[in-house]
Amino acid sequence: MAKLHKKPPRLRLRLYIAGHAPNSVRAIANCRAICDEHFASGHELEIVDLLEHPKRAVADGVIVTPTLIKLLPLPVQRVIGSLSDTNQVLQALSSR
Amino acid sequence: MKIQSPHLKMTKALTGIQGFDEITDGGLPRGRTTLVMGGPGCGKTVFALQSLVNSAHVNKESSIFVAFEESTKQIVANAATFGWDLPALAKKKLFFLDARLSPEVVKSGEFDLIGMLNVLEAKAKEIHATRIVFDGIDVLLGLLDDPTAERQELYRIRDWLVQTELTGIITQKTGAIDADQRYGFLQFMVDCVVVLRHQVQDGSAFRNLRVMKYRGSGFTGDEFPISLTAEGMQLTNRGPAELKYTVTNERISSGLPRLDHMLNGGYYRGSNVLISGAPGTAKSTLSGLFAAAACKRGERTLYVSFDEGAAQIVRNLQSVDIHLAPHLKSGLLEMYSTRTRGPNVEDQFGALRTKVREHRPRCLIVDPLSALSAKLSHLASADAAQQFLDFLKAEGITVVNTSLMNGISTDEATATGISTIADTWIHLSYVVQDGERNRALTIVKSRGTGHSNQVRELTLANDGVTLTDVFVAQGKVLMGVARWEWEQEELAGAKRTKVAAELKRLQLQLSQAEAAARLQVVQTEMEARSAEISVLADATGSASKLLKTDRAVLRRMRHADEDVRVATRTGSAKNGTRKNIAAGAL
Repeated sequence: MAKLHKKPPRLRLRLYIAGHAPNSVRAIANCRAICDEHFASGHELEIVDLLEHPKRAVADGVIVTPTLIKLLPLPVQRVIGSLSDTNQVLQALSSR
Repeated sequence: MKIQSPHLKMTKALTGIQGFDEITDGGLPRGRTTLVMGGPGCGKTVFALQSLVNSAHVNKESSIFVAFEESTKQIVANAATFGWDLPALAKKKLFFLDARLSPEVVKSGEFDLIGMLNVLEAKAKEIHATRIVFDGIDVLLGLLDDPTAERQELYRIRDWLVQTELTGIITQKTGAIDADQRYGFLQFMVDCVVVLRHQVQDGSAFRNLRVMKYRGSGFTGDEFPISLTAEGMQLTNRGPAELKYTVTNERISSGLPRLDHMLNGGYYRGSNVLISGAPGTAKSTLSGLFAAAACKRGERTLYVSFDEGAAQIVRNLQSVDIHLAPHLKSGLLEMYSTRTRGPNVEDQFGALRTKVREHRPRCLIVDPLSALSAKLSHLASADAAQQFLDFLKAEGITVVNTSLMNGISTDEATATGISTIADTWIHLSYVVQDGERNRALTIVKSRGTGHSNQVRELTLANDGVTLTDVFVAQGKVLMGVARWEWEQEELAGAKRTKVAAELKRLQLQLSQAEAAARLQVVQTEMEARSAEISVLADATGSASKLLKTDRAVLRRMRHADEDVRVATRTGSAKNGTRKNIAAGAL
């Protein structure tokens, strides 16, 4: 167990939203709430508006909005939807 | 808000799917949405993809294909059987968006397609796309697990299509338990609905296509059989309701001079000839003759055979002095051999059409058409055969079909539907007689041709094929050895008759001579008699005169002296003799 005390990499998230669409607005709020509550110690959250950066979405293979991508720690994990189901989101973010 | 005046005339976008563009009078509604629905394996993706490919090839327009179900790689691989060259297109004119969500994706709450549509809009602008396909969108929307939300997203797509003025195709699965309930509204939402159906009849698979709805346009609402060929999907249309073909009076040889003669000069160009008969009645031989004759005239010819390899046919025909090999070599003749079992009937006819388009023959042989029509007990395939023949007729191709048939039973013949549209029907049969099996040829029908109603015997030999008159004796048709015997018999009989006639003639001559001779005798006799008569008459006349004189003399003498009497004794003795003769005569 002692060996695992090595500090895990910081949580890096990217959230794709579509302007002020209801699902997107809800997702931003939900995501922030979850991060503040469970990953207060350290996390990075980048919010990308797909309406402004469609090419980034294509590059990231984003089909639906909102899409949350956990970039780090690996493995990369995606969550789609307004992130209203906190348990589902937490499970996805803690997957390794 | 400004209301724009509607387009006066709906513009359409060709799909390049043969037959579909005809029944819809120009293809899909341009700038609007078409729903393509059907069960698994019906060809929804092919339909959608082909429409995009056609747009790229023909109109030089770009398109987007959004795949929710399969990866781009899979789609390209699946479409490789069609000569579309997707990989090249995918680089320039065709943008594939892989819209599959990996199974690891976690769903939490509701999502929407705003992002995707935005990405697509940007892409459409970038490549100047005019068409877009959403293939298998139910896979994605099913994740919403909320019919209302699903409906909302589909309406979003529809509105987006209207706004972007892209010609859209949405494919939708049918047959799933709740699909109809769930997506039934789609049919009302879109402007055009195409229904694909897959059915299995007697173990044969059929695909059909039907246009269910087409806002603002006329269309043919019938269900049409479709086939998937090397060129893609095609409809096998029933053809125009009105039969309009250009007909010619040109006759072309059947390859058998006697048969040409029986048909008043051969087959009509562009007609379709059915040669039916039991196995081994030389149907293929007649086909071969026709092929060889066509090639000799320098006409491109296609020989389609089922279940028998081309090489074998060429070899077999060689044995009856029909040589196809040189024509094969020159490229004038093409032989296409295939298996009866395998693809469904529609596809087989589709493949034949493709072959015809490739080789562009003027003469075609399908040997035997009944290989396909074996499955033709049901209407759908009979239609397919008829449509294929209609197509050939429209192209002006003269076609000789053979058909395996044991008798001219109308049931069998109408079941295949071939006989009704065959212009000339030649039936070959076996006549078994006196321990022999001989081939007989009859012309059952020949439209627009006075034709011989006589049965002919067909003989095959190393030096070729010949048609011979048959003999009818005592109500029986004689063939083979019986015919030969009859011929010999006839010859002998003729000889006998001749001899008998000669004999009779001689006899008559003899009796004539005899009669003449008798006549001579009688005549001579007559002459003799008449001579006699005249002599007699003479004699009688002079005798009575004499009598008179004698009496006068007698009286005179009686009045005279005895001396005188004595003196004249000698003289009287003389007269006395005469008197006696006369008396005898009297």
